[in-house]
Amino acid sequence: MIHENSETPSTASDVPTAGERQESAVLDVQDLSFSYSGRPILESVSFELKAGECAVLLGPNGAGKSTLFSLITRLYDHRQGTIHVGGHDLRRESVQAHAQMGVVFQQPTLDQDLTVAQNLAYHGALHGMTPGEARRRAAQQLTRLDMQDSLRLRVRHLSGGQRRRVEIARGLLHEPRLLLLDEPTVGLDITSRRTLVEHVHRLSREQGVAVLWATHLIDEVYPEDRVIVLDHGQICADGSVADVMVQTRSESIGDAFNRLTDGEVS
Amino acid sequence: MSLVAYAHCLRGVVGRELLRFVHQRSRFVAALVRPLVWLFVFAAGFRMALGVAMTEPYQTYILYEVYIVPGLVGMIQLFNGMQSSLSMVYDREMGSMRVLLVSPFPRWYLLICKLLAGTMVAIVQVYVFLAIAYLYGVQAPLMGYVLILPALIVTGFMVGALGMLLSSFVRQLENFAGIMNFVIFPMFFLSSALYPLWRIREGSYLVYQVAALNPFTHAVEMIRFTMYEQLNVSATLVALATTAVLLGLAILAYNPARGMAARKGGGE
Repeated sequence: MIHENSETPSTASDVPTAGERQESAVLDVQDLSFSYSGRPILESVSFELKAGECAVLLGPNGAGKSTLFSLITRLYDHRQGTIHVGGHDLRRESVQAHAQMGVVFQQPTLDQDLTVAQNLAYHGALHGMTPGEARRRAAQQLTRLDMQDSLRLRVRHLSGGQRRRVEIARGLLHEPRLLLLDEPTVGLDITSRRTLVEHVHRLSREQGVAVLWATHLIDEVYPEDRVIVLDHGQICADGSVADVMVQTRSESIGDAFNRLTDGEVS
Repeated sequence: MSLVAYAHCLRGVVGRELLRFVHQRSRFVAALVRPLVWLFVFAAGFRMALGVAMTEPYQTYILYEVYIVPGLVGMIQLFNGMQSSLSMVYDREMGSMRVLLVSPFPRWYLLICKLLAGTMVAIVQVYVFLAIAYLYGVQAPLMGYVLILPALIVTGFMVGALGMLLSSFVRQLENFAGIMNFVIFPMFFLSSALYPLWRIREGSYLVYQVAALNPFTHAVEMIRFTMYEQLNVSATLVALATTAVLLGLAILAYNPARGMAARKGGGE
């Protein structure tokens, strides 16, 4: 489905009802708009994510990706449009909606003075877990990310890539249905970036978590990914990598991204 | 979420704040040095010049060191409350505040947990200070050290909520210096922490009026009276009411739908 900055023609039978959307979609964003000081940041953004789906939110700097994340995590409140997480309205049922999302923010948010175990225990408590339950899940998630030996290490002694993996373990600690990652590879070297991207794809496949990965780096897109291209606050393309390439008559996803955004491929 | 889950959330937030406090020993030392300098140096030096006559809740004439201790307890809490709000601005800049705010608990509850955590840290410092003051010779009735606890919690919440409210207005860490100059120092010096209100009145009626209106004065008096096993009803009521108002405003300020978070919008 390519929008090319225009509304996609659809028939009434194509459009699922709100109830149908909320049942099937882990994340359901409909007609979301947001302005700041009268300047539109997002305009009529709509998309859905299903369980096990890995979607890359591509957009140049300033496209509105971080704002979209802030709205989905309810750091900012939306006034136009709707956001449902696991069928729960983010504004009216924020407790239930937040319980179903794990978030990895663009900025590192681990407490560097605390150990990995203490950071994860804190996150577990923020989700109402007992210390024992948090310990058990922390060990489980860190093992999946090949970080099982780091539990007692202070975060400040970890490399950038290891910290990011701990943040992903933290985001998954409460077993969310939706994992949001806002440019998580910023500041990482190529090897760490590649490892991280691979980890997240594997987690999505194995655990059935819906993943929304915001980035402006084309090489983080896998051929099997769904791509949502955001530019100037609007979704200008939404589909599989192959679909986006075909419909923009491009030879690579990088070319397609360039054509859609008039931007530079990173 | 069950009540047990709420309790685990509270345990987690308070535990993290205490752990951070333990790891930042220099912060603990700095927090203690300030009131101890006032007690050992300022009070000793000004004892003769600022001698205090018999005044409630004291039963007899007292030394200036004795008078100043409840004010210094308030000072510890005031600076700690502002330190907490400073750390909230820092956490917000660094992003770790977001981790708290995307937790699946009501935001008002998360903010109260955060306030309680900051208050607990301040109370630990207060009791260490009081122990040193006790050894120095400033000794209140032993029961007073127990009765003071609720007053410390109320004061901790009051200054913490004020700090939280201010932190919602401060976008950058650099702007926080203004808070020190325009909030902390006037609040402390224009209160009964260092001099009784009657003595301030003798010096300047205007300053006396400002000090009498200052909620921090009432917090200090609440602490002073409870420390000597008495209840200052009016001071306690003013402190409680101020705490309730500031807490409501702080929660409102961090509400994404209505407060500063909403007005700040979402530029990248």
